[in-house]
Amino acid sequence: MSLFNVFNVAGSAMAAQSQRLNVVASNIANAESTDGPDGKPYRAQQVEFMAASMGSKSSTGVKVNQVIEDTSPAKKIYNPSHPKADEKGYVEMPNVNVVDEMVNMLSASRSYQTNVDIMNAAKSMLTKTLSIGQ
Amino acid sequence: MTRLDDAFRFQEAALRVRSQRQELIASNIANADTPNYKAKSMDFASALRDALGSGTGLTKTAGGHLSVNSGRISSPENSAQPTTGRDGNSVNLDRERGAFIDNALLYEASVNMVNGQVKSLLSVIQG
Repeated sequence: MSLFNVFNVAGSAMAAQSQRLNVVASNIANAESTDGPDGKPYRAQQVEFMAASMGSKSSTGVKVNQVIEDTSPAKKIYNPSHPKADEKGYVEMPNVNVVDEMVNMLSASRSYQTNVDIMNAAKSMLTKTLSIGQ
Repeated sequence: MTRLDDAFRFQEAALRVRSQRQELIASNIANADTPNYKAKSMDFASALRDALGSGTGLTKTAGGHLSVNSGRISSPENSAQPTTGRDGNSVNLDRERGAFIDNALLYEASVNMVNGQVKSLLSVIQG
């Protein structure tokens, strides 16, 4: 029954989008973290989506292939009173672009909502199907 | 039994193809953010023709053989929509959502028609 596969497909997309939202939350939370476990400033992370087959030809789900580290250079701000400031008074800040992350967050939440709508539509179609002949 | 089967065969095939199309559109929407994903689509008319049993490859060799109507459904193909973004993804979300609603409504229409057929048959049986 193809319609049950819609649940798998939309479910995989919801899982992937919520992982993306998770990464965005980490990035925004750490936008000011100048120190990490390795002693270096936090580096922004991004998820990479990949199409994943769900067992039938017409259904393709999504999965998070990997979480990659943003390789853009760290921002430097002038703040001589900061404990991590170098001899010229500059502090290395995380390479998190908060505006980008906000856009990413909105996009993830819209995609999540769309997939919830898909699931609801599939559910109402199945309910209709169950009512055949009644 | 064949007469009863024949009465429902068309709508049954239509529902089967509709649900497969729904699955396809859900896949496209789920992958709206996946880099290099190409949107898939299906030709409803030819898929329905296949589902109605012209492509089973089985022939009747004796008069008593039952007809097989579990036809295969043609496989989806990549649609010819142009790639819009720089990430190589060709899903047009607006178009897919429109197609999704359209398909859901037509599915419901088919369900209503089956219901109508059942009612007609029942009224014939019960008098």
